[in-house]
Amino acid sequence: MDDDPRSPFGPDPDLRAEGMELGADPEMLELRADAAVAGREHELPGGSDRKTEEFQADAAAAAEQRRQRRYLVRTLFRSPTFMVGLVIVLFWVFMALFSTFITQSPTHTDPSVSLQSPSPAHWFGTDELGRDVLARTMAGARTVLIIAPLATMLALLWGGIIGLIAGFYRGLTDEIIMRLIDVLLALPIIITSILILSLLGKGTAIIIIAIGALFTPVVSRTVRAAVIGEREREYVMAARLRGERSAFVMSREILPNITQPIIVEGTIRLGYAVFTAATLSFLGFGLAPPSPDWGLTISVERIYLQVAPWTVLFAAAALASLVVAVNLITDGLGRTFSK
Amino acid sequence: MLRLIGRRLLFMLPTLILASMLIFALAEVLPGDVGRSILGIYASPADVAALNHKLGADLPLVQRYATWAGHFVTGDWGDSPVQKVPVRPLVMQALGKSLLLAGFALVLIVPVSIVLGVFSGLRRDSWLDRTITVSTLSMTVIPEFVSGVVLLYVFAVWLKWLPVTALAPDNAPFYERLYYLILPAIPLMFLELGYIARMARVGTVQVLAMPYIRTAVLKGVPRRRVIFGHVLRNAMVPTVTVIGSQVGWLIGGLVVVEQLFGYPGIGNLMVNSALNHDVPVLEASVLMVAIVYMFANLIADIVVALLNPRIRKGG
Repeated sequence: MDDDPRSPFGPDPDLRAEGMELGADPEMLELRADAAVAGREHELPGGSDRKTEEFQADAAAAAEQRRQRRYLVRTLFRSPTFMVGLVIVLFWVFMALFSTFITQSPTHTDPSVSLQSPSPAHWFGTDELGRDVLARTMAGARTVLIIAPLATMLALLWGGIIGLIAGFYRGLTDEIIMRLIDVLLALPIIITSILILSLLGKGTAIIIIAIGALFTPVVSRTVRAAVIGEREREYVMAARLRGERSAFVMSREILPNITQPIIVEGTIRLGYAVFTAATLSFLGFGLAPPSPDWGLTISVERIYLQVAPWTVLFAAAALASLVVAVNLITDGLGRTFSK
Repeated sequence: MLRLIGRRLLFMLPTLILASMLIFALAEVLPGDVGRSILGIYASPADVAALNHKLGADLPLVQRYATWAGHFVTGDWGDSPVQKVPVRPLVMQALGKSLLLAGFALVLIVPVSIVLGVFSGLRRDSWLDRTITVSTLSMTVIPEFVSGVVLLYVFAVWLKWLPVTALAPDNAPFYERLYYLILPAIPLMFLELGYIARMARVGTVQVLAMPYIRTAVLKGVPRRRVIFGHVLRNAMVPTVTVIGSQVGWLIGGLVVVEQLFGYPGIGNLMVNSALNHDVPVLEASVLMVAIVYMFANLIADIVVALLNPRIRKGG
């Protein structure tokens, strides 16, 4: 029944669990810091000696956290999978932003040079309207790179809020939320998004919202699981005992301690968002033609596959490189966090 | 076992009802005026109202849902306003074609992923293992229309080994129909390959670490018999288990592959009816897919229960 999209390049599920456990270290430190803060607030007897000690503990905890963060970043930059993925993604981001200044216009038509094979004038050849395939391939990342990150952020936002609430309150609230989420997952995601898009109309904003909404259930499950792992910890109890509001405990105490699983989940979703956005545009629910979008290009130009394969294959290779690169980043992040 | 199936069937009913409500809500409530969307913006308000009355679109929502669901259950699915033909044979024929393609892809997935997974598990951390793992995972994350179009180019256009179309001519024998389906089935296989091969690899690695394998090796059992008798059998359990959880992906993949190859299956029907606003066909095909999806999940659970006595007894 579970349509939990898997993370092919991502960490093994068991590794992910370890990743969550890893939070234990900084968290214990935070716990100490929390206790220190609580002690200060209540002005426990013990004199200035004790206070100095607490401040030292605070400072030590903060330093330790910084050191750990630096260590993680350094490990990441040494991971070849992460770096290769990052370089490819940055290349496409750069091309999406600036390709129009470097290459010819992706929409300029010239019937006199239609369907020409790759040549010095047109490195990737031309399509049926004489448009430069190189220019179109380079500019084709734009829509996917707008849709996928925004949709992922929406899913993280909604899923984060829902997961925090469900995992924090448990009980009936949790039960109702999780059952509603199950219904959303009763149909394969691509089919629900086709339903939504065919009825709400096409358009970038609608695609972003649709993908964001459909990824929300999975994100909220991950967040909920992470919250449940945290809510019984002492630092949460300490915060509750000193009378903090639930919203504060969720956002300022629990949330900082579950950032790692959320980041990993975010990169996994990003890979799927690229996949889904490209698929929807291939199926005809994305942008309309002159747009150089890769999914659309493959869908429109595939009738020329026999006479002018370059019109299709460069877009296919570009899309494949972006998807694989995002998954390499996910893989690198997952491995680093679970170490 | 029967109790498990019965309980699962019982659980399926509310999910199915909720899913049908979701489909109904998306298809009939959101677009607003049904008559207007059929007749177009130039129709007179009187005509629109008359059509709405004829279609029952002016009735209360609950009543409309009940009528729609009742008609669906009794097999009266109405006519397609766009294609002017009855909906049921249209959907059923397309579903049959899709099941053939999906079944063929599944038949390919199981042996290929198990062979690849067991191989890389046996040669753990070698270059072969890394090559298999990276390439199968790449195939899985690349959208199926991308791998499909590349395969189409290589095998149909360039090498000319396989036909460009997916649909065999009418009254072609069964094996010829399968021959036409090889090319569309491969991207579907890719979609699942990375994940399932990985499970087979994990299963193999786990089994190899078991004491009884060491015993068998030390006893002098030939390597071939160790692999076929113990490793393969135990690696199959996690593999078969995950195949069931991948049905949703297979359906999503079908939609795309059918579109790419112009294969008139249910995914193709769904996309085209969505693009043409053919609401009755869209509703019926999505609901049929939901039903198939749920039954496939049920079958997967039953297979898992059969393989794992702990779940079977506990169920």
